[in-house]
Amino acid sequence: MSAAQDQETDVLIREQGYNDHFHEEHHGDKYQSNFITHYIFSQDHKIIARQFLITGIFWAIIGASMSIIFRLQLGFPEHSMAWLKPILGKWITINDAGMGSLNPEFYYALVTMHGTIIVFFVLTAGLSGTFANLLIPFQCGARDMASPFLNMLSYWFFFLASVTMFFSLFLSTGPFAGGWTAYPPLSALKEASDGSGAGMTLWLVSLTFFVVSVLLGGINYVTTVLNLRTKGMSLWRLPLTVWALLVTAILGILSFPVLVSGFFLLMFDRGMGTSFYLSEIFVNGHALENVGGSPILYQHLFWFLGHPEVYIIILPAMGLTSEVLSVHSRKPIFGYKAMVYSILAIGFLSFIVWAHHMFMSGVNPFISNFFVIFTLIIAVPSAVKVFNWISTLYKGNIRFTSAMLFAIGFVSMFISGGLTGIFLGNSALDIQLHDTYFVVAHFHIVMGIAAFFGMFAGVYNWFPRMYGRFMNETMGRIHFWITMIGAYAIFWPMHYMGMAGVPRRYYRFDTFDAFNQFAGLNQFITIAAIIVFAAQILFVFNFFYSIWYGKKMTTQNPWGSNTLEWTVPIHPGHGNWPGNIPTVHRWAYDYSKEDSDKDFIQQHIPLTEKEKAEQANH
Amino acid sequence: MYDEINVQTMTTVIILLSIVLLVIVIMQVSKLSDLYARIRGEEAVEDRLNRNQGMAMLLFMVGLLVLCVVSAWWWKDYMMGYGPHKAASAHGDTLDRLFNTTLLPTGIVFVITHIALFYFAWRYKKVKGSKGKHWAHNNTLEVVWSAIPAVVMTYLVIKGLLAWNSVMADVKANDAYVEIEATGYQFAWHLRYPGADGLLGSRDFKKISGDNPLGQDWTDPKNFDDFHPDEMWLPVGKKVRVRIIARDVLHSFFLPHFRVKMDAVPGLPTYFVFTPTKTTEEYRNELRNYPEYNVPKDPADPESKMLWEDFNYELACAELCGKSHYSMRRIVRVVSEDEYKVWLTKQHSYYLSAIRGKDSDPNKGKLLDFEIKANREALNTAIESAEKAGSGVNANYGAVAADINTIPLNYVQFETGASTLTEDSKYQLNDLADDLKKYPLMKIEISGHTDDVGDPAANKILSQQRADNVKAYLVAQGITAARMTAVGYGSSKPIDTSNTDEGRQKNRRTEFKITAL
Repeated sequence: MSAAQDQETDVLIREQGYNDHFHEEHHGDKYQSNFITHYIFSQDHKIIARQFLITGIFWAIIGASMSIIFRLQLGFPEHSMAWLKPILGKWITINDAGMGSLNPEFYYALVTMHGTIIVFFVLTAGLSGTFANLLIPFQCGARDMASPFLNMLSYWFFFLASVTMFFSLFLSTGPFAGGWTAYPPLSALKEASDGSGAGMTLWLVSLTFFVVSVLLGGINYVTTVLNLRTKGMSLWRLPLTVWALLVTAILGILSFPVLVSGFFLLMFDRGMGTSFYLSEIFVNGHALENVGGSPILYQHLFWFLGHPEVYIIILPAMGLTSEVLSVHSRKPIFGYKAMVYSILAIGFLSFIVWAHHMFMSGVNPFISNFFVIFTLIIAVPSAVKVFNWISTLYKGNIRFTSAMLFAIGFVSMFISGGLTGIFLGNSALDIQLHDTYFVVAHFHIVMGIAAFFGMFAGVYNWFPRMYGRFMNETMGRIHFWITMIGAYAIFWPMHYMGMAGVPRRYYRFDTFDAFNQFAGLNQFITIAAIIVFAAQILFVFNFFYSIWYGKKMTTQNPWGSNTLEWTVPIHPGHGNWPGNIPTVHRWAYDYSKEDSDKDFIQQHIPLTEKEKAEQANH
Repeated sequence: MYDEINVQTMTTVIILLSIVLLVIVIMQVSKLSDLYARIRGEEAVEDRLNRNQGMAMLLFMVGLLVLCVVSAWWWKDYMMGYGPHKAASAHGDTLDRLFNTTLLPTGIVFVITHIALFYFAWRYKKVKGSKGKHWAHNNTLEVVWSAIPAVVMTYLVIKGLLAWNSVMADVKANDAYVEIEATGYQFAWHLRYPGADGLLGSRDFKKISGDNPLGQDWTDPKNFDDFHPDEMWLPVGKKVRVRIIARDVLHSFFLPHFRVKMDAVPGLPTYFVFTPTKTTEEYRNELRNYPEYNVPKDPADPESKMLWEDFNYELACAELCGKSHYSMRRIVRVVSEDEYKVWLTKQHSYYLSAIRGKDSDPNKGKLLDFEIKANREALNTAIESAEKAGSGVNANYGAVAADINTIPLNYVQFETGASTLTEDSKYQLNDLADDLKKYPLMKIEISGHTDDVGDPAANKILSQQRADNVKAYLVAQGITAARMTAVGYGSSKPIDTSNTDEGRQKNRRTEFKITAL
């Protein structure tokens, strides 16, 4: 962590590193980039990572703002929302008394867009896109991704998807409003909902572009990890971040195409008169011609992606957390091999549990048996990971950086959210809990908080790697504590609402006596949400301010981490290492070793004689 | 109005600017702390930081665990399965118990892992002189903490699937149950009961129209007695099979108090079988014991009914179906069997009250089996009552008032403007012939009546001819002519107003009067 250590690193790489002749080939005018090829259509993984991150932050602000608006409706249904008319225009109707109310159709559009934006644009593109791009080449010891060109396209398809979706927010018939899950017939019939017209068309187009982005990225990530690891970097020496991102990419490649096929069939039903999902429908005064299709087919195709998708979201967060916990405890991640096997098990099992989202959909109850079994099985590797993280802290030497705080918070949130999954995964309990606030609480705690915490841990920890400066730690701590306490305040009470039977996706609760008992609780949740939202604004300010005015990085390896991304110069150029790429001699977790004078030994440091002897004896 | 918006906009702007100001303040304070760190020395600052954050971790742990328990306790009487909300169905208890069975191990894990997580975070904070330990793995621990969750999950799976397969099983061939139907559509539920025959009639979505909201096939006799109630009444203790379907988009049939839920899918009927075990009254009496429910329903009106008194089971939609998804409510009432039977008698067949005889009635102009049957019974009853009235038989042909001896022949019809009997008329006339044979001493006067439209003389002749044809038919069935008189009264004896179509239709009639028995 000092200038002397930096020099040691440079020397070692020069002497023992692997010469792949990269810089000889990349000489001269051919690789002089202009502003457009350097900053816009960049093919450098480091810039692409930041493009994903900043676009993700942009969408996170929009998605979170949407949630504040609909939380205002839910927490304060009798209050006037007339003050929002300047922003929301025709979606706020003002009655004679001056009371402004939110158009229910737009409420559902907000809820739908909130889910779509956060799940896909923020937690998939913003999380995997950022950290896969940033960390995979570095931590594998590679110069860049296997195909920098496809990598560039991957970001720009995401950008295209973003523009399309953003445009749909301003349609006069409104954005799509049928839930982020977009079940037909509601999503297929514009007669059933205004947002199912042009709004849905754009939604489908946007997400098709998005899937292209994910696939292009995913092939790159897998290829890079499998083929471009540096000398000595065996798979078993890879940091857990790379394992997590590798499996995430594989999940994406295998599952997103099924989603697109589901979307194509939906497009055909919407525009070409087919009946894949439609049968025996009477809507808007007419009986439709379509016979023979089944809405349940869509649900299968959607959830075949939908379930792996949530693991695509959480696995990178898990990988980032493992790394941060380890580095800032000055301890190896406990049970590295068990952690790898757990990631593989979770990855595999995630493909055979999808219909636990469909227990009450009208599928033959018999098939639900299989999905219950596999769903509860997947709890086991998840539990193993939690125990291993906790054990990583045991007898550690913990530094409470902002990143570390969020990593610890991640573990807490993953425990809380994961445990309620055990209730929901048992179909008999799902009879009562399906489509209630219990589900909303569960997935928000695991995705809306835990995954975000992993992302925050990643951003705070690797910000220096991205920008050569630190984010402000005091603001980071304030951000953490407000979010940690506030997020529990928002989502914990929702379990009670769910247990009382309150259904989700309700614009108001007072049409039913049974659901009308939580006015005070809903107010509390809304206020907590506003406070937490404000803390995220603090984070955004911190992020952008620190890019230009953050405390400068003065050494290559400020955290004393073992992984290879901290062996590059403070402002790494194209090709990451100015000379050779490092040769790897050890795994990523030699922290606090007994015979070492430092409490960390980087991966490129050769084994001592003693270590060689120990290895020979194993 | 625009002034108000401006005020509100200004308020918003001021609030947003205040937030920005607050953020800037925090940013400046934070920069100060950086400076402070550099002055004091990174290590000393880091030391204090870790101590503070470590303590915060511990405090958070205590706060979290205490608040979780306290809040659960505070809200317990609102949650299904606790307090007054024990399940109102036979299978509901099993599910509630399964919930608690799951809560126990997960609750224990929640507490233990959180204590470990935050305690370790505090205990192993980096302070001056502290060191970490290179403890990388322990295979025994991995085995133990894989095996224990695996065992617990297996137990939960077994208990869960046993419950699931039992609850979701459809009715068997010889089960006794009531089948009702719920159709979800944007944005309400149509309820349909099978009526006396216990069978729901068939339906076809292509037949849906303004007066046929479910597309019932009126040529299917099973539909004739089906009725569409506004509230779902159920007899306590009797198994119910709800046939669930949707008309336009996905809906979901949700009865929270009964632990019943199933999606309503257009084109794919689904079902849920359950037995209600608590009447609405009983549930109310249970609620009465809890202070949360002993408050006026309308907080602004202290005289209004108490929350417990006003309680009703409700049916809700639990699958996003469009902009009014949140308002698809029906009341469900569970009552004693006797009350249920009384309620049934008060329900009217949808077909008979809204369709029969209208243009949309495919059976218009035809006699339906049950109508023939009902008519025969009515005829028999009328004759028996006349018989019982005994010597009250009115021999006075001229009596105008309808009396117990005058029985209408509603199903005896003639070709328009003519005196030929229609084909269907034979049914009622055969019944009459049977009765005449049954009571060999019975004598009747057959009377034809017209409305007042057209020439009175012509009407009189027409009505006479019609009465004659009826008599001739009966003679052909073997009844002695002497027992019957046929009289045409024309338009002289209206029984209803002549100013409306319905009145005139009533006046056009054929009747017979028992003159002797």
